[in-house]
Amino acid sequence: MDTERKNGQHPGEEIAALPNAPGEANAPRFWRGLEELAGTPEFLDHKENEFPHGANDPAAKLDRRELMKVMAASAAFAGLTGCTKLPTQKIVPYVRQPEEIIPGKPLFYATAATLGGVATGILVESHMARPTKVEGNPDHPGSLGACDSFAQASVLGLYDPDRSRAVVRDGRLASWSVFQDQLSLALGAAGGGAGLRLLTGTITSPTLADQIRAILSQFSGAKWVQYESITRDNVREGALLAFGEVVNTVYRLDQADVILTLDSDFLTLGPGNIPYARQFARKRRVENEKSKMNRLYSVESTPTNTGAMADHRLRMRASEIEGFARTLARELGLYTIAAPAHSTEAPGGWIPALARDLKQHSGASLVVAGDQQPPVVHAIVHAINQALGNFDKTVYFTQPIEESPDNQWSSMGQLAADLRAGSVTTLLILGGNPAYDAPADLAFKDLLPKVPFSARLGHYEDETSALCHWHIPEAHELESWSDARAYDGTVSVIQPLIAPLYGGKSRLEVLAALSGKAGKSSHDTVRDYWKAQRPNEANFDAFWEKTLRDGVVAGTAFPPKQVSLKSGIGAEPPAASPQGLEIVFRPDPTIWDGRFANNGWLQELPKPMTKLTWDAVAMVSPKTAERLGLKSEEAVELKYRGRTIVAPVWVMPGHADESVTVFLGYGRTRAGRVGTSMGFDAGWIRPLATPWIGAGLEIRRTGAKWPLAATQTHNTMEGREPIRVATLDEYAQNPKFAQADAQENPLSLYPEVKYDGNAWGMAIDLNSCNGCGACVTACQAENNIAVVGKTEVIIGREMHWIRIDRYFEGDMEGPNTYHQPLMCVHCEDAPCELVCPVAATVHSPEGLNEMIYNRCVGTRYCSNNCPYKVRRFNFRLYSDWDTPSLFGMRNPNVSVRSRGVMEKCSYCVQRINAVKINAEEQDRPIHDGEIVTACQQTCPSEAIVFGNINDPNSKVSLLKAKNRNYKLLEELNTRPRTTYLAKLRNPNPEIEKAAV
Amino acid sequence: MAQIFHHSTNTIARVSIYGAVVVIGLLGFAVNVVNQTSYVTEVHNARPQPVPFSHKHHVGELGLDCRYCHTAVEVSSSAGMPPTQTCMACHSQIWTTAAMLEPVRASYRDSKPISWTRVNAVPDFVYFNHSIHVSKGVGCTTCHGPVAEMNITWRAQSLYMRWCLDCHNAPEKYLRPRSEVFNAFYQPPGDQLALGEKLMKEYKVQKLTACTTCHR
Repeated sequence: MDTERKNGQHPGEEIAALPNAPGEANAPRFWRGLEELAGTPEFLDHKENEFPHGANDPAAKLDRRELMKVMAASAAFAGLTGCTKLPTQKIVPYVRQPEEIIPGKPLFYATAATLGGVATGILVESHMARPTKVEGNPDHPGSLGACDSFAQASVLGLYDPDRSRAVVRDGRLASWSVFQDQLSLALGAAGGGAGLRLLTGTITSPTLADQIRAILSQFSGAKWVQYESITRDNVREGALLAFGEVVNTVYRLDQADVILTLDSDFLTLGPGNIPYARQFARKRRVENEKSKMNRLYSVESTPTNTGAMADHRLRMRASEIEGFARTLARELGLYTIAAPAHSTEAPGGWIPALARDLKQHSGASLVVAGDQQPPVVHAIVHAINQALGNFDKTVYFTQPIEESPDNQWSSMGQLAADLRAGSVTTLLILGGNPAYDAPADLAFKDLLPKVPFSARLGHYEDETSALCHWHIPEAHELESWSDARAYDGTVSVIQPLIAPLYGGKSRLEVLAALSGKAGKSSHDTVRDYWKAQRPNEANFDAFWEKTLRDGVVAGTAFPPKQVSLKSGIGAEPPAASPQGLEIVFRPDPTIWDGRFANNGWLQELPKPMTKLTWDAVAMVSPKTAERLGLKSEEAVELKYRGRTIVAPVWVMPGHADESVTVFLGYGRTRAGRVGTSMGFDAGWIRPLATPWIGAGLEIRRTGAKWPLAATQTHNTMEGREPIRVATLDEYAQNPKFAQADAQENPLSLYPEVKYDGNAWGMAIDLNSCNGCGACVTACQAENNIAVVGKTEVIIGREMHWIRIDRYFEGDMEGPNTYHQPLMCVHCEDAPCELVCPVAATVHSPEGLNEMIYNRCVGTRYCSNNCPYKVRRFNFRLYSDWDTPSLFGMRNPNVSVRSRGVMEKCSYCVQRINAVKINAEEQDRPIHDGEIVTACQQTCPSEAIVFGNINDPNSKVSLLKAKNRNYKLLEELNTRPRTTYLAKLRNPNPEIEKAAV
Repeated sequence: MAQIFHHSTNTIARVSIYGAVVVIGLLGFAVNVVNQTSYVTEVHNARPQPVPFSHKHHVGELGLDCRYCHTAVEVSSSAGMPPTQTCMACHSQIWTTAAMLEPVRASYRDSKPISWTRVNAVPDFVYFNHSIHVSKGVGCTTCHGPVAEMNITWRAQSLYMRWCLDCHNAPEKYLRPRSEVFNAFYQPPGDQLALGEKLMKEYKVQKLTACTTCHR
């Protein structure tokens, strides 16, 4: 380390004096976090004890006498459990049974989940009309059979007991019919609707937009405002700058060999991230040492999953990326673009080498700009892509998928001005939560109560509902009819899986009431719209049935559109980039803009890069932390443009220096029992003028601690090398690098077991996995995994069966980052099985390491003896056994665990058994690929493959036969059934050499 | 020093130690015995039902097939309970005024389902599947007993795990030809073991005793 030691008083000491820092003799090649390098007591506690200090301590101190008493009582009670008698149960069959329902057989319905208006096609599993699990829809272009954590967690959102259940007027119960009456009265008084405003999120739904347009023409003077806190305004403005019109940009990563991302996390966030992740992973699916793969360059301030996948990652302040784009454009010969105000420095001839690489791959290269980057960066990127001949090859344009591609933030500003002027008499807020997430300087919270008639349709009685006169409970997407467009324009009809649990109304129903068609069901509205759109359909009923069955409206993907680049893009010399500490606002990776704050699954899903749960942070680089004397989990005051918030610091390796990233979505005051008062509200210092990137942040230390629940140091594997990485060149020279320590026929004391029939196994390609975390949520939904809460996560008691380990390699400032999903590897010689005194974990003839909850007495010896640390113990009654609304959500084919039992990945044995029974009944072998585990099913990158390893032609066997295949902790000779395919990097030799 | 304990303490100690062993053993035995009784297992206990439906009449005397009402038994884990509509298929034509059937008619009229008392039940952590058993030649009456003789339905077997394993360890003792699975009057032939072994080969019946076969 180049920094000199500070004196002991200096608070930056912990960062400056890392005993295990890279370069030091005892430094590990791969490290999990700064705690490991520092060897902090907390890390050692997690490393040396299976559960950290305190996790094992009984609630009260016991002396010997007490212990004898407790043991005697336990023995007696254990005996008594033998005397249980099954309670009398009732069977309540249908009166008239629907033809398609067979008790015990789930049905799947195609629908779509939206985020920011953009649809991902999903198939929802329904047990006796209860939706229990979301899967991707293979026929939908935005899903291709996979889906993300947000869609996976939507079932929990549906059954959330905190959802609002009644129409409320000024804090008192009211009714839907009274609301309709009052609404029409208010509209009558509003003078033909001139004072009417509709506030919605981004609308891509053709039906909804049709309805809104009808209302706007019915009430002249009425206005429609779209607002999202995580807006894509810059993308739209960038297109306007470049082409003079708003277009929708679609990438074809399957055509791209060299990709540069400028602050974009296109693999895990934003429209199309699922197909992009799949196309990207397919271009990295290396067959053997002679194969080629694509190359990804990333320039970004905040570390993202996409940056972690990059072969070259350059960390740079977000505000300097414009300069980088300009320099690169000029390097590529676009001299009409003005040079940056400051010369952009990149180490090792980065920019010329990158430019050469891009040019060499003209027509097969791609530059992607992040949603948060200013419009001019988007415009420059369009110019670069055209100069590289990428248009219609790796990128194409269509008409916008938004029904009205407005500048949302400026129309929100206009709405606030109208509110202030008092010209708004009727305000309908359909979804969204502007009282929480509108730009702070609009003072929306103060304006809202002044509207004479304000009504809010929302899932929760939240911050916005509290300030409106009326609150209408909103029907969940799984409860209502609608439609929405995917990233490429394809329309899905959203169909309900269940009648509204809490009497919710859909946006379509509220708008129908507004336009005087109160009785019209949203089903009829959607169907009538499409009937009008398809006048030539000879048999509309057949078309409609097929559309609902497939989950997509055939032929609605937008065709590519010819665009012409305007001249003079970026020609104006840029202003000097602002000085001072930079602040970057980002959507939270799991909570988004705060709408998922009450979703326990998403709260507890470790954020992919930081492995934090239940909190947002102010993220800084180690160097900046050192300069400012900050350390992780310290509360600091952030002052920006006159507003102040208190936030916890997180020192993040790989973050740009002199830049602070804060995450939106936390600090909710009326989210529900899960999300209220978790974290801090970064939106409070987010001004209208600079929603994403600003400068001039001031940080003041408060001296207070802010404990954070990060899982990155939990379940460590004692410094063994769990990740195998090589560059493509190293791989070509040493094809067996991953198997360096493989043993041919390792001796074992255990008797050899032959697996004659099926032998289940799994292969995980680390070269494909980008660490998004969808598998973790899918597993949670499929296997009824409980949420434990922040304090329990802090002491290492999270219950996820899959954890995605994140490893850093290299120096602290700009390390390489790797992700490794790890669940029970189903060892053939499993250490856990030998130590269980009650045979609660045993081996099946097909090689599954089975966990039998009923036998488990909770000794935890198995977990203690597990070298992979994949077993999870129910220290408390984590599963919710009391909330009735959650009962319907659970997978009926998996036991809900109780307190005191161990659990772990079962390879989705319920799915294995279902397929096995089906095949046996048809007297045929199980086809390869017929059994799909929940994690495999949802993986956008197809990184997880499951199958029969006794079948040499199965996909999993073929993967395991590759020379990149290695067993985790092979030296222990546990013979794991899950193996990994080593990670490869494809660095540019020019840059690589320069860096050395 | 005087002895603290009287000489008889030795006896008391011995009696209480051995006594405790005997008492605990007896208690265990008693629990085991109680668990076998029909009070706990419900075996042979006719359960009162909202409608006194007689399998004896419908199956034994009229000869209805099991699958007429339990329609899902060949395709699903659950055999399925008939909806009121199934009852009304006949009873809208015959016995239309029988007082005994009023709850059925009321159910159909008011669209209120009939709430039956479950007779055969396994605990929630057991995932039993009807269709695979039926397709492998396990007859209905093997587990459900002489249904054709039951006026009010009762449980014929304890459905304890040891009872399940009795067959899972030696299916040949119980298998019958697929054509006889739904025969409520089936009598196993004298050479059941020979037949069972032949059927095991023919139907590819495995002895599945892995825990996750039923528990997960």
